[in-house]
Amino acid sequence: MFEIIRAENLADKIYLFDVKAKRVSDKCLPGQFVIVRTDEKGERIPLTICDYDREKETVTLVVQTIGAGTERMKDLKAGDSFADVVGPLGLPSELCEEKNLEETKKKKIVFIAGGLGTAPVYPQVKWLHEHGVDADVIMGSRTKDLLFYIDEMKAVAGNVYVTTDDGTYGFHGMGTNQLQALYDEGKTYDHCVAIGPMIMMKFVCKLTKELGIHTIVSMNPIMVDGTGMCGACRLVVDGKVKFACVDGPEFDGHLVDFDGAMKRMTQYKTEEGRALLKLQEGDTHHGGCGECEEGGAAK
Amino acid sequence: MSDVLKRVPIREQEPRVRAKNFDEVCLGYNETEAMEEAERCLNCKNPKCVQGCPVSINIPGFIEKIKEGNFEGSYQVLSEATALPAVCGRVCPQESQCEGQCIRGIKGEPVSIGKLERFTADWARGKGIKPEGAKEKNGHKVAVIGSGPAGLTCAGELAKAGCEVTIFEALHEAGGVLVYGIPEFRLPKEEVVKKEVENVKSLGVKIETDVVIGKSVTIDELMEKEGFEAVFIGSGAGLPKFMGIPGEQANGVFSANEFLTRNNLMKAFKDYDTPIKRGKKVVVVGGGNVAMDAARTALRLGAEVHVVYRRSEKELPARVEEVHHAKEEGIIFDLLQNPVEILVNDDGWVKGIRIIKMELGEPDESGRRSPVEIPGSEYEIECDTVIMSLGTSPNPLISSTTEGLETNRRKCIVATEDTGATSKPGVFAGGDAVSGAATVILAMGAGKSAAKGILDYLKEKAQ
Repeated sequence: MFEIIRAENLADKIYLFDVKAKRVSDKCLPGQFVIVRTDEKGERIPLTICDYDREKETVTLVVQTIGAGTERMKDLKAGDSFADVVGPLGLPSELCEEKNLEETKKKKIVFIAGGLGTAPVYPQVKWLHEHGVDADVIMGSRTKDLLFYIDEMKAVAGNVYVTTDDGTYGFHGMGTNQLQALYDEGKTYDHCVAIGPMIMMKFVCKLTKELGIHTIVSMNPIMVDGTGMCGACRLVVDGKVKFACVDGPEFDGHLVDFDGAMKRMTQYKTEEGRALLKLQEGDTHHGGCGECEEGGAAK
Repeated sequence: MSDVLKRVPIREQEPRVRAKNFDEVCLGYNETEAMEEAERCLNCKNPKCVQGCPVSINIPGFIEKIKEGNFEGSYQVLSEATALPAVCGRVCPQESQCEGQCIRGIKGEPVSIGKLERFTADWARGKGIKPEGAKEKNGHKVAVIGSGPAGLTCAGELAKAGCEVTIFEALHEAGGVLVYGIPEFRLPKEEVVKKEVENVKSLGVKIETDVVIGKSVTIDELMEKEGFEAVFIGSGAGLPKFMGIPGEQANGVFSANEFLTRNNLMKAFKDYDTPIKRGKKVVVVGGGNVAMDAARTALRLGAEVHVVYRRSEKELPARVEEVHHAKEEGIIFDLLQNPVEILVNDDGWVKGIRIIKMELGEPDESGRRSPVEIPGSEYEIECDTVIMSLGTSPNPLISSTTEGLETNRRKCIVATEDTGATSKPGVFAGGDAVSGAATVILAMGAGKSAAKGILDYLKEKAQ
């Protein structure tokens, strides 16, 4: 069991947990992720590591509750535990490797975080800041209520540009619009890291290709084991099949087949929806999910 | 008295009933049946069956005790050689090992060694009898990577010899392929696997789950920082292979590993959160035991299932019993056929598969006649799910993070067969990580040899 030290509701449906996980906090680097299981019946859910404290032996995880597995997380408090936290998984971000530091220092870097993407962007920006590199960050969400970590980000980034799709906070528009606006003002970048929903990363890549900015994305496909065993997370990069869990999660965004990856994301939509419905309705669940036996009892 | 040339028949669930549930197919012998079958053993002076057993169980010995009705004694004989008798009795390919060598088999049917092993193990479990651990510790600390059949066996042997053993398991549950791969209806999880794992623990073995060696901690760190004098790598098979044909990225195409993991480890067939696609018409590509497991699982989830295999029935790598069971349950075998393309609808989902017919040509280097495409024989069948069961290639997580660990051309870890020793001092390996995908019992055999190799190494080092 992995004890929760701190639990916070950061924004609408977005929750933060500091979890005691010594083996993970000892080894993890920006860009890596963990797999969490809430309880015995829970799914194995891949979550990016938002922060870590090697002394306190904790990792910070940020979750958006969207399916049955994450829905059960929202009621967890400090003192409760996750059944499992395993990692760190995946390859660390190349940008945050000591050996590349000299090269990195020469670059003008911009991060574009969409929605929950702020969580995995933060440790990278923080790592760079601690190593004397200040990167700019564009962080956006659909609306004001979904924004989080603005102050934390400002403390470690160069310029922070906050955007909302509906204009309820900061720049009215999406991350791509903000990047274009910065370019229109004469700003330029050599390196972009975009993390967020696949559709957002796809459009960032489309723009950065036009602007000629090398772009790294962090892919978050469906996963089961997270160690390369099942192949559920496979995606096509530069015409080759890659496993996001062991070959990624970061890839050259200009080489990723986003359309294929997005189609694969829809794979369990209905099943996940059904599981959520069953959880929310509990014993009062009487059909409608498509999974019911005749007479109403959920399987 | 029944015909001595014939086995005492084993009771099984009716095919039509079991095709709709996940309960165990084989029901096992009761005491009377077991004692009657045990009578058929000739107790050979030079028992060929033992030579056929990768872990050298004293087979006539444990059967003799069944004859006497001394089931506890029978269990003691079994546990001297194996940590997982209830597993082996269920999933070993006995027909090509112990039973394949049985003298009874020359004129009639060989003794049902596997079913007798299962009987004894189940009887002991029912009575709560556990194997005995070491009386004294030898002060040596050994790490075992992976809690599958190789790791459990190696750990059990080392613990019996007095070592302090910790198993590191990447998944949240111990058992490796016994938990994520082999389905409930062949190998019950709560009832059998969990209990056998408990037995290994009762020998004094510690199991730490949720540790991915190479990521959470490396082998070098285990040896330098955590005080382990030797390490056994039993990390298993690894990354699933795909065919590389068009349409393979479509929704509804799964590796057998994914399909089985969702169902077995994550218990998608029960009321757990993990979803699984319940296909209406499923095509399983491949002819091994894993293909049979995937096919029979899909069938139980309600699908019409076709197994597409490029050679003929004779070459099917799966155990005869598995093929027989699959056929009884209604799996359709499309033999001498091979997929060339997966057909995809506009939403990105599988809608069918294009298949070409094959014929057998000259034998290839494996000695099997190699399949050759018959030009112009392509045809399409409709389906909504395709499960690729083509084997695996080794996972590089450990080999790429361990200094000085040699791998071969196929990326498998190189290890000496009789000791499990690798190119790195103090590091041993066995099972699928070394051999590529093979059987539970071969992995157990390798785990057992490596345990001996490790004990010799520790003794030598101490001098």
